[in-house]
Amino acid sequence: MVLMKLLDEFHGIRDDPYTYGKKLKAERNRKIIGYFCSYTPEEIIYAAGIHPMRLFGAQGEITLADTHFQAYCCSLVRGALEGALKGKLNFLDGTVFPHTCDSIQRLSDVWRLNTSFGFFADVVLPVKLNSESARRYMTDVLSKFRNNLEKGFGRRIEDQHLRKAIDTYNHIRTYLEQIYSLHSENPHIISGSDVYAIVRASMIMDRDDLLDKLPAVVEGIKRGDTDADNGTKKRILLVGGICNHPDVYRILEKSGGSVIWDDLCTGSRYFSGIIDNSGDPVESLANRYMERPVCPAKHLSVKSRGEHLVNLVKEKEADGVIFLLLKFCDPHAFDYPHMKEYCNRQGIPCMVLEIEDRLPTEGQLLTRFETFMHML
Amino acid sequence: MKDLLIYCLAKAKKAKLGLSKNKGMRDIMTVYYMEAKTARLSRRKVAWITSGGPVEPLIAMDIIPVYPENHGAMIGASKMGAELCEKAEEMGYSRDLCSYARSDISCATVNGGPIGGLPRPDMLVCCNNICGTVLKWYEIQARYFNVPLFILDTPFCHTEYAEEMKRYVKRQIEEYLVFLEDVCGRKLNHATMEKVGRLSVEGQQLWQAVLDTAANRPSPMTAFDAFFHLALIVTLRGTQITVDYYRNLLKTLNDKVEKGIGAVPNERYRLLWDNLPIWYRLRWLSKKFAEHDACLVADTYTTAWCGTLKYMDENKFLDSMAEAYTRIYLNIGIDEMAKTVMDMIDKYHVDGFVMHSNRSCKPYSLGQYDIRRIVQEEKGIPCLVIEADMTDERNFSESQVATRINAFMEMIKERKG
Repeated sequence: MVLMKLLDEFHGIRDDPYTYGKKLKAERNRKIIGYFCSYTPEEIIYAAGIHPMRLFGAQGEITLADTHFQAYCCSLVRGALEGALKGKLNFLDGTVFPHTCDSIQRLSDVWRLNTSFGFFADVVLPVKLNSESARRYMTDVLSKFRNNLEKGFGRRIEDQHLRKAIDTYNHIRTYLEQIYSLHSENPHIISGSDVYAIVRASMIMDRDDLLDKLPAVVEGIKRGDTDADNGTKKRILLVGGICNHPDVYRILEKSGGSVIWDDLCTGSRYFSGIIDNSGDPVESLANRYMERPVCPAKHLSVKSRGEHLVNLVKEKEADGVIFLLLKFCDPHAFDYPHMKEYCNRQGIPCMVLEIEDRLPTEGQLLTRFETFMHML
Repeated sequence: MKDLLIYCLAKAKKAKLGLSKNKGMRDIMTVYYMEAKTARLSRRKVAWITSGGPVEPLIAMDIIPVYPENHGAMIGASKMGAELCEKAEEMGYSRDLCSYARSDISCATVNGGPIGGLPRPDMLVCCNNICGTVLKWYEIQARYFNVPLFILDTPFCHTEYAEEMKRYVKRQIEEYLVFLEDVCGRKLNHATMEKVGRLSVEGQQLWQAVLDTAANRPSPMTAFDAFFHLALIVTLRGTQITVDYYRNLLKTLNDKVEKGIGAVPNERYRLLWDNLPIWYRLRWLSKKFAEHDACLVADTYTTAWCGTLKYMDENKFLDSMAEAYTRIYLNIGIDEMAKTVMDMIDKYHVDGFVMHSNRSCKPYSLGQYDIRRIVQEEKGIPCLVIEADMTDERNFSESQVATRINAFMEMIKERKG
């Protein structure tokens, strides 16, 4: 069973990304750049022959980061810094910070002043994404990042490298979307936890290795090679920023639901948007960011996120929406009442789950999910 | 409504400490809010604008600028913050969100607060140089009032104000003017704009001069006075009225300097304040520090409204405005902020640094611990961190703060004698 073996591998990488990073460095002498956000122009990093690796913040006790950040700072930012200060990220050759929210903005400053991973770059993207001047600025910023990488690592990034990178990423994103679609069409065919592990590992793994493996994953899923259970599942759309908790998927399935699509930074926002590879490659990259479903720290229009949510619910035939809010994440917390209102107006049942660092106990969470499933 | 205005202004007056009666401010702010609330009758447009936003084109277009953040401060000073914040929480907004935003959002729906709510906007102007919160806040109000929203996106200057940022912000200034002309259905008079630009620079220079009087020993004013007098440079920057007001104030302060009259009777220790004021405890804090013969001579907050004068050219105002609005104190990296703080420590001869760790303001507060470390290492002065919130008094523990201030002042006394 090729698929089961691959899924084991993905789960392993998802569980322990740092060991994977260390191995990549030790065995293949790869340069690795870490990042925290789906607005990171990975294609440019990849085109430089460097491995872009997403970081999700260390979980567990925070001690060292406490001397830099107050308790009202989100666990992603505090956990990320904790990992860096504890030396868990020493395999990195650099880090890159696209501009998003106020907290990541300050994490970048604190990171620059307190860590030394070699290469460091702020990619100060526009916040508004609905004007021609913002599009031009986006292109300028990405070009600058390309130059900075060239200087930092002493390598040229030619247009042809970027085109190849875009092509690779287009393929990866197409496969990921296909896996989501297969699961959405038939939630029994593969478990939500497995889909989560695949997408998660996609942000960690060497992208060429990944692209070699994804076709077999898709084929395996189509053949029904997994052992997902056959009970009827309520179709759930998961909405929020990052989800660092595979247990959410497992417990939800236990309660009789399944995440059939999401609007998450660590989910569909990562792979949405195929890039037209015919024009100038940097402009093409910029265009994807201008059109992709937005993070609430960015502005497309005052209604874009609500409309996107309702469209997703209709298109994916979701029975209900779960808002996953990370405590102290301002952009999502500001959008929540409005998004909820959108759901109410359309008669879409929804619930909210706020997480600080750890999930509630399994029993508590199961009860909450079960209660919600009964409403659907 | 007038009663409410007077009530609010009386409250604001109560917050003013140390200086003799200043009737001017009360009158100016009364007229300003009355005008704003009756804008429909006078057929003038009302724009809501963020505190760090470029107000000058609004003044030049005869649009009345209204500041939800100033409103938030009034709500805080009137001790109505907790109640309005709770209302926002009932609407689904998390208690962890900015208390200005929470109180304004709920206030708009009930016309509550000290002045019965702000006048309805015809447009919203949001400049994100102070935070990402204003973006979300103004999106919410744009939906609620269903009015056009202009976003001036000022890229964050971690280590530089780069060429591409310059081009982007300049283009947006042009877009901003087009936006205003579209909403108003008339053209901007460039001669008026130039005049307003010059008045704005003059007002900022005078505000800087006012704050600079605190470099004297004893200081004729405290940061608590600055919090009060700040209202005009924020709301009516670019008007003659503001220039006149600060010119008079400067004269009063200079007189005090000449006569050696200090704002704190026995000024012995000089402190620097960081972050927004704790609006609902100004009087208490002022008394607390004065008990220790300590004067808060300066603060990083009120300085922000004249901090980028070095980038402004009064003769090319619109051009230079792009840089000045982008490089304000909150839109720069914490190492540059620490440098600004240390310059102030030297300039105002500061013995100790008081930092308000403000739950409501992440761009201001996250990074404070690093600034504290840098300041302690390089200046060797004691630093105190007070955990609180600018408007939501539920996040303030008087006994805890009192204990910490006492201990901090003991340290300073031991050090200085």
